[in-house]
Amino acid sequence: MKTALLVSAAVIALAMTSTGAFAQSRDTIQVSGSSTVLPFASIVAEEFGSAFPEFKTPVVGSGGTGAGLKQFCEGVGDNTIDIANASRPIKDSEREVCTTNGVTDIREVQFGFDGIVFASAATGPDFALTPVMVYKALAAQVMVDGKLVDNPYKTWKEIDASLPDMPIVLAIPASNHGTREVFQEKVVAAGAEEAGLPEGLSDEDKAKALTTFRQDGVTEIAGDYTETLARLKSDPNTVGVFGLSFYDENKDTLKVATVDGIVPTNESVAAGEYPVSRPLYFYVKGQHIGIVPGIEEYVQFFLSDAMIGEGSTLEAAGLIPQPADKTAEVLAAFEAGAK
Amino acid sequence: MAIDTLPIAKQTPAERTQVVHDGLRARHLSENIFKGLGLAAIILALGFVALLFTDIIRKGLPAFTQENMHLSVNFDPAIVKVDPVPIRNGFASEAEYQAASLKWQRSVALLNWNKVVEASLRAAAPAGYEIDTKDLLTIAETDARHEIRERFVANPTLLGQTVDIDVLASASAVNWIKGNIDRSLQDSQQQLSPEARSLIDTFVENGVISRGFAWSILTNVDSRAAPASAGLAGAFFGSLYMMIIVILLAVPIGVASAIYLEEFAPKSKVTDFIEVNINNLAAVPSIVFGLLGAAVFINYMHLPISAPLVGGLVLTLMTLPTIIIATRGALLGVSPALRQAALGMGASKTQMVFHHVLPVTFPSILTATIIGVAHALGETAPLLLIGMKAFVASVPATPMDQATALPVQIYLWQGNEDRNFFEPRTAAAIMVLLAFMIVLNGIAVYLRSRLEKRA
Repeated sequence: MKTALLVSAAVIALAMTSTGAFAQSRDTIQVSGSSTVLPFASIVAEEFGSAFPEFKTPVVGSGGTGAGLKQFCEGVGDNTIDIANASRPIKDSEREVCTTNGVTDIREVQFGFDGIVFASAATGPDFALTPVMVYKALAAQVMVDGKLVDNPYKTWKEIDASLPDMPIVLAIPASNHGTREVFQEKVVAAGAEEAGLPEGLSDEDKAKALTTFRQDGVTEIAGDYTETLARLKSDPNTVGVFGLSFYDENKDTLKVATVDGIVPTNESVAAGEYPVSRPLYFYVKGQHIGIVPGIEEYVQFFLSDAMIGEGSTLEAAGLIPQPADKTAEVLAAFEAGAK
Repeated sequence: MAIDTLPIAKQTPAERTQVVHDGLRARHLSENIFKGLGLAAIILALGFVALLFTDIIRKGLPAFTQENMHLSVNFDPAIVKVDPVPIRNGFASEAEYQAASLKWQRSVALLNWNKVVEASLRAAAPAGYEIDTKDLLTIAETDARHEIRERFVANPTLLGQTVDIDVLASASAVNWIKGNIDRSLQDSQQQLSPEARSLIDTFVENGVISRGFAWSILTNVDSRAAPASAGLAGAFFGSLYMMIIVILLAVPIGVASAIYLEEFAPKSKVTDFIEVNINNLAAVPSIVFGLLGAAVFINYMHLPISAPLVGGLVLTLMTLPTIIIATRGALLGVSPALRQAALGMGASKTQMVFHHVLPVTFPSILTATIIGVAHALGETAPLLLIGMKAFVASVPATPMDQATALPVQIYLWQGNEDRNFFEPRTAAAIMVLLAFMIVLNGIAVYLRSRLEKRA
């Protein structure tokens, strides 16, 4: 009883005085951000831990590109992250927040590509989509006979006779995911352009037309791809948006749709034929280099040929490699310092 | 006019008996209906629990076995091209030796150990079996090369020799062997190539791949590069540290506050206000404590992110009200006779509380503590907000190191891309968590019965 009391008193004292005591330097690299990049970054972190015995294995969190960059821009210091994974480039508004909080040395590292695919239940019919079909399926208002009207389409077949006679149920990534940005740009905007919008629309109305989706049948998923998959399993009519690497792991339950007639594969994305692909990034806080040990080595290791080149570890995990010249250029820019 | 509404005096004795019988029948009927409903409720509740348990156990049990591959690994000098290992005697100072040794380890790490794995797999395959290198390597888990490398680093004299080494079969191979993936699906829907699949079947037949108990799920840390080796050790220690912190902080603080409020504090508006707020605190959703923890412990006090220390503090805040309320209840239940007798014998108030009242309440306090801790053990939401939802590939050495917790590990595995492999793993992790809780509750029941006997 006495010892227990003493121990608890000690712990309480420790906890109370910890404000200053634990402000010493962190020795583990802390990474967070995009859930698309998460599997790749985790693999690199593990390999890094076993290849560099003198450094601790980096800790990799997730929660989406937006959330990761928000954490990244919170400031400089031990309780802020060192690296933010992103499946889209950093926005100017985010850079501003960074600058305001003193994060001035942001180094962008692009390390490869990922494709975004539409997939439906493996037991269901095939889909051959184009951006305009997807746009017509999910926009709140579409053009019919030259006028903007509430979306009248109930089934895919009504949009295009070549599509299956199935009710429109779409699961798309919510805005906390970098995937959404690419989806918006490469599918929705491209589709809207082809479908046409009324003449003389103000920029504001145009942006609104592009970002307002119908409430029936379109679900925005804030969680991981597994949540999209669960939705698809509970309603087999669902067409979901996934990363190509996620689809590769779940080919037994998912059937992928072609976009503009191109089947998404590592080859077609790398060749730039498949239209909905995007580069993947991570952002390094330059001010932490030299303070948190191993950041420089981590980046060099990440960009090594064994990790992201042809036939590399990450390629086996579903990453689409970028040309070696590009990697060399990115590495040189990183080592040269802040832009 | 019905018989039972007649004035009693006007009823014949037979009629009176009749009224009593009717009344009894109605009362028995309502009693039986109530009993039946109660029983039905219990059966329904137990049915749900049984359904949950059987479902989890059915899904999770397969994950407790693993497929081991027995390979004869030849450390061929033509593949393993390294300088001789530095020897301590050859260097002037310890530091120089350390640097050379580290450099040597780095050069070993950068070798292409997959070639060694490939050669071993080809040696195990039937002579002349044709398969691509890429397809072949999908059979063994990716950590096979680390396993083999570590053997070599530990014993560099193995160069040129052949040793038997057990490695894990890959997650895709496990899916194929255990039938997690539908074996009748066509090639384009399978994770593995036809050559790899038929080679795996051959390996299973000729004993190169055999099944064993998966100690790795308990002893390994989480892994994404090598999913078949992913285990719960890191998460287990994270949870353990948090529970220790919760017990060490919440119990003394909670019991002390309860004793003060119940026994010593003057009954005033202030204590009433405190009491109301403690009750309110007990009802605050746990995620709010997570937000509080992120704001106070991480942003203001600068404690490390993802550390069990912060998790423990947050869970302490969450558990405190439960313990305070339960302890106050227990103190209130102690008979006034005991107090008066103690005071009457000349004990001071402190002596009365600590020598006589508190020991009687131990069993209740203990139960409340264990229930509070078990609740904290299963809590996930607040941990997500203090950065414990991260991929951590090491066992935390101290509560200040980054870690994850068992329920968060379940959440992370639930979100893993390889659904076929991780669905069983997730269920297995739930089983481990439940076992942990059952052990905790078992200890509580045991201690309680012992203490009650003593009291």
